[in-house]
Amino acid sequence: MSGAVLIAVQIALTLAILSNALALIVDRLSWSARLTGIDEPNIFFIYATSVDKPPNLVSLESADLAALRSIAGVANTYATNSFPLEGGGWSMSVDLAPEQKTASAHSSYYFGDEQALNTLGVNLIAGRNFTAAEVINRDGSSAPPATEVIVTRALAQRLFPRGDALGKSIYIETKDPSPIIGIIDRLQGPFVAATGFMSTFTENSVLAPFRLLSDSPTYAVRTKPGTLNEVMKAAQSKLEGINGTRMITARSMGEIRARAYRSNRGLTLILGAVAFILVAVTAFGMAGLTSYWVAERRRQIGIRRALGATRQAILRLFQKENFLIALSGVLIGVVLAVALNLWLISRFEMVRLDPTYVIGSGIAMLLLGQIAVLWPAMRAAQVPPALAIRGSQTS
Amino acid sequence: MFGYYLDLALRSLKRNPVLTGLMITAIGFGIGTSMTSLSVSRAMSGDPIPEKSAQLFMVQLDSLGPDRRGERNEDGLDEYMSYIDTMALKNLQAAQRQTRIYSTYFNARPENPALKPVGVIAPAVDSEFFPMFNAPFKFGGPWDRSDDQEGTPVVVISRKLNDQFFAGANSIGRTFTLDGVSYRVVGVLDNWPLVPRFYNLHIRPYGQIDEIFIPFTRAIKAQAAASSMSCQDTSDPSFEARLRSECLWIQLWVELPAATDVAKYRAVLNNYAADQQRIGRFHWPAHTQIRDVMQWLKYRHIVPNELGLLVLASFGFLFICLMNAMGLMLARIIGRTQDISVRRALGASQTAIFGQCLVETMVIGVLGAILGLLLTILGLLVMRAALAEDFAALTYLNAEAIGIEVSLAIAATIAAGLYPTWRAAHVEPALQLKAE
Repeated sequence: MSGAVLIAVQIALTLAILSNALALIVDRLSWSARLTGIDEPNIFFIYATSVDKPPNLVSLESADLAALRSIAGVANTYATNSFPLEGGGWSMSVDLAPEQKTASAHSSYYFGDEQALNTLGVNLIAGRNFTAAEVINRDGSSAPPATEVIVTRALAQRLFPRGDALGKSIYIETKDPSPIIGIIDRLQGPFVAATGFMSTFTENSVLAPFRLLSDSPTYAVRTKPGTLNEVMKAAQSKLEGINGTRMITARSMGEIRARAYRSNRGLTLILGAVAFILVAVTAFGMAGLTSYWVAERRRQIGIRRALGATRQAILRLFQKENFLIALSGVLIGVVLAVALNLWLISRFEMVRLDPTYVIGSGIAMLLLGQIAVLWPAMRAAQVPPALAIRGSQTS
Repeated sequence: MFGYYLDLALRSLKRNPVLTGLMITAIGFGIGTSMTSLSVSRAMSGDPIPEKSAQLFMVQLDSLGPDRRGERNEDGLDEYMSYIDTMALKNLQAAQRQTRIYSTYFNARPENPALKPVGVIAPAVDSEFFPMFNAPFKFGGPWDRSDDQEGTPVVVISRKLNDQFFAGANSIGRTFTLDGVSYRVVGVLDNWPLVPRFYNLHIRPYGQIDEIFIPFTRAIKAQAAASSMSCQDTSDPSFEARLRSECLWIQLWVELPAATDVAKYRAVLNNYAADQQRIGRFHWPAHTQIRDVMQWLKYRHIVPNELGLLVLASFGFLFICLMNAMGLMLARIIGRTQDISVRRALGASQTAIFGQCLVETMVIGVLGAILGLLLTILGLLVMRAALAEDFAALTYLNAEAIGIEVSLAIAATIAAGLYPTWRAAHVEPALQLKAE
């Protein structure tokens, strides 16, 4: 009896933890697998940080871009203020009218010239790209003018649910209207957050035709397929050649992605490993306890066999027994899983538990029970009927 | 008596090495897993400055009102304040000590041209920051109050940067340049395991970061950009305009040693907000808050969600491992009923059997604890590899954690062993002899 309770409690606990862990793991894995919308395998970003203030930022950036373009493997490049998954960047509230009290939407805010779309490899699904004439040099201290903007499909849909965003104006940064001239399929923001405010506008991005003049500019570089590593090295030495005192750091998009999600992946993997070991230990526990029952009831089994029970019947007996115990454990476990989930939601920003995870885990636990008792039950079926007339209790 | 029981226990454990091994493994794995996640979680949600955490307060003030846009916490307050408000509140001098903090970034170039320049995170603070947060100095100390006033280019550097720029020597009085301006070193910090960095939760709060500290007034003079800047009106991005604006980018921390100081400060803060309403700057009633270090960390939800579930899963795991150990112990008792019944028939009391089995359980517990300790060390190494620099400072084991681990292992094993032991003590002597 006590053994049955032991197994049922184990199954209930395992089910509760397993289903919640699965829900969180699946949620986080799909979160960290989301696409940024840019041509990730062929893109890298390069920071060129000046320690001493360079005298002319416009000419320095132009020289840098020309140098990058001169590398054979470079498909395109532009100077940006930020990029997807960087970890920090610019965000703005977006309005549909000037002096609006509450914002219509929040959005990431990217700068780029007429080469930006091609460099990033994002798809323009409506409207047009910026022209070279529209690009404005922007320094950190003067007030920027309103410009034409390109927005992501997600932001366009949020602001203009009827699908007529193209040609309409939004208000961002200034009190003057910014007409939407183009819509791109997808471009994720620079912020990496699974929960909280920053996670609410990941797919909303606005691209404005600014070239940011900075003593520490960032360049996005798209390479021809298969040349990423060599081009990164070449770009590093090219920029160092222009001014040897700068700190040049190049990072491939693959590296940036890995960095952005590393700790999340680590915790998810560890959680997965613990959940897996938990299931394994529960299975071994069931096998162990059933073996103990078989040993305890050898004589009883012998009597049953002597009275005509077949080996099949003995096997079925232990399988049915386990099924009933496991079923009661699963039933308690379902309640426990939901309660645990509600508690986790109240304490942490936990995902809501999808019923399929609970049902799936429940079925898995029932199957696991059957597998775990198979070997001890087969041993029980081997008990000879003659044991009934022998006196010993244990073998 | 104990020696005799110990001898009996070791003999009986040796008789069935497979079962003994299984029990020790079950307990060891349970303890190892739960201790690994517990020590990481304790480090993450632990008190970074236990001796003062109840005396240090983060000041919050609603300077934007209910119509504000953008991110807000659940209570509508922000974690930063405007330059106007932090200046005004500091000038009230209502706390024993106080410091303004904002995080900025510099490129540091050493005097020695052979050394490479590095980018550093530079919190701009007031001189009282160092005694407030118990910052340990290796050389020198904080800058003077006059430096706070005048914005002198002086700097307190981390031990790591001192090793890098000055080869670990006493660098007081030496200089290096930050964005082209020469700064004089007045202090070198020793290792400062303040985890999490509660005053700057935006830059890898659990990571080991390389910091230098410069006077707040100096950072303002140098127009050093804040690493976090939240503005309602973005029309004028110049630094002078930011100082006059309602942009939020500065923290104010105050030290309030006694409960009366706390109450007094709350009143002062509320009066300030009410005054702002009176003069027409705020169009809403005073909405302020002060939070001590632990309340602040809780408010900011900085412990990752996965970790909470991991700790829970680990303890569920420990529980299940112990239940398995209990099952194995029950199986052992069955195997030994004859043995026990003979001892009972020869005159051993129930208490004696109980004591003997308890000693046996404790031996298993101690061995399980040793295995658990080894697995915890292994687990922390795995954690370190998986989580990288973001949480590197967390994956260490101290004497306190080892103490908790060992006592947990033994207590848990005894708890798991109680029922089997009780069963063993109740084996009937006569019955067993009859069955033979």
